[in-house]
Amino acid sequence: MTVCESKRDQEDDRTLLRNFLEQKACWVRRETLHIHQIAPATRIASSLSPVEIFTVLYYGHLLHFDPAIPYSADRDRLIISKGHGSVSLYPILADVGYFDKQELKRAGTVESFLGGIPDPMVPGFETVNGSLGHGLGVGCGMAVALRHTKNPASGLVLMGDGELYEGSVWEALLLAPEHKLDNLLLIVDYNKIAMLDYCAKIIRLEPLGNKFKSFGWDCEEVDGHDVEALHTVMQKLIKRRNGQPKVLIAHTVKGKGVPLLEKDSLCHLRTMSGAEVQAAVEALA
Amino acid sequence: MTLPSLKTMRDAIISSVAAKMLKDSSIYFLTADLGAPSLDQLRHDFPDRFMNVGIAEQNLINVGTGLALEGCRVFVLGIAPFVSMRCFEQIRNNLALLSQLRPVNITMLSVGAGFSYEVSGPTHHALEDLALMRTLPNLELFSPSDWVMAGAFVPYSLSQPTPKYCRLDGKPLPRIYPDSHAFDFHKGFEVLQTGDRVGLISTGSLTHGVLELCQNTPGWRDRVGLIDLFMFQPMDETALQNQLLNYSHIITIEEGFTGKGGLDGLVNRLVVQSRQKITVDAFGVPARYLFEAGSRAYLRQACGFGPDDIRRTVEQYLR
Repeated sequence: MTVCESKRDQEDDRTLLRNFLEQKACWVRRETLHIHQIAPATRIASSLSPVEIFTVLYYGHLLHFDPAIPYSADRDRLIISKGHGSVSLYPILADVGYFDKQELKRAGTVESFLGGIPDPMVPGFETVNGSLGHGLGVGCGMAVALRHTKNPASGLVLMGDGELYEGSVWEALLLAPEHKLDNLLLIVDYNKIAMLDYCAKIIRLEPLGNKFKSFGWDCEEVDGHDVEALHTVMQKLIKRRNGQPKVLIAHTVKGKGVPLLEKDSLCHLRTMSGAEVQAAVEALA
Repeated sequence: MTLPSLKTMRDAIISSVAAKMLKDSSIYFLTADLGAPSLDQLRHDFPDRFMNVGIAEQNLINVGTGLALEGCRVFVLGIAPFVSMRCFEQIRNNLALLSQLRPVNITMLSVGAGFSYEVSGPTHHALEDLALMRTLPNLELFSPSDWVMAGAFVPYSLSQPTPKYCRLDGKPLPRIYPDSHAFDFHKGFEVLQTGDRVGLISTGSLTHGVLELCQNTPGWRDRVGLIDLFMFQPMDETALQNQLLNYSHIITIEEGFTGKGGLDGLVNRLVVQSRQKITVDAFGVPARYLFEAGSRAYLRQACGFGPDDIRRTVEQYLR
């Protein structure tokens, strides 16, 4: 095989991976909209911005997990601190085998363990979530324990940008570099909108990357909807162990994929009608 | 039978934890920048399992939770009003709530019960914590009266995969119990004196003064009983209720707000449930904060639960 042929093969592989992940992300988005139709109290806009992040982690072979043993010792610990915005993880967890896909059709009903804000009642979730500002500190404790037992698994925490207003987050942001928690990866779903307005209009978070860097975090930024870029950077960050905790600022769009949500600064609280969901699903296809 | 030998509950617990850490590498000790002489030795001996998270009680609970979810057995140390109130929601979500679904073995060492930090003023008084912690399901609530009992709690605590709140007095105190005493942490109380008319029930350091009254006041023997309550939850409520039924008058004594759900709340409920004609008087802190920089004895007296106040009320029922 020539060098050119080898390069072409690699490019073909990347194209295949990108197409596969994009198709999966589209399916996840559709399923998330279906869940919202059944359970209108779910936070749809907030759940649509991390779709590619979840998709790449679970389908891109970046996370170690075993649905047959949800708390297996060698799993990577993924804490979804922005619990209200993770309904989009339900279809993925069902698809990879944590529970039956039929469960998705019962979401938000008394028969189901799939509520609006997940907790360990849902197989695949580590902690109680949704009350903001808890996940990163808990992730720090897990990372300390993993390192102590020489467990190579990673601790990952997904946090929203509005969550950065919680003071407890900054307590953990101070602690992680001090203890050189390089087995910890914080992913910020930076969709720029909290509940009532754009973050830039509430209290500015920028320059966000510089804030992390000045605290001693190894910081990268990425387009949070570009599956290929996400795959490359997350693969690199999960592997990297250089004495610093790592943070990925994923620039996302709140309500991604649904135009009526994307252009609404109050989309966090928005409940879509059945007709709106149908139209959005058809537009995705 | 109060024996001398002053010690803090905090030091008794930390020494006991340090001894366990020698043999068990799953035990971690975290502090929110609160120290102790015994802690200096522990952090010297176990630098890899000791963490000072800084003056950050929310993170103290969160980091402790992460460690506990990985199977570590975690002790966290802080000042009582801050451990109980600054991070109440962390305790609720990550300890009380999460432990219903996953094992979370964390022991909160909350130093400074009641007026322990008397001259520091009301920000440092812990008058609400008993009532607050009683509102949380799945949380064990321990309020020892002496350092022997506090030290004995450590092996029990390590064996229970649940969160616990230990309300520890901040002052060195004498011992009430001998070293060999077998505490029943499932039952949750000790009967220090029996009687047939007035039943005193106290918790924490107050038990020392009340025991002295019971032993030294003429005419109280066999008439005035004393219960030292040290586990608020879980505990053997039926056994405690049976004890309360021995008396026609009960007096609760706590260094915390009365009428807010602390010791008096627990006792009142058991008495009401018994449907017996038993009166309950609650001694403690009335619903106001104390800004006076007085001694602990002064503050107790100012709140109406000095030794003379208790004696007068008991004597009234003995007439």
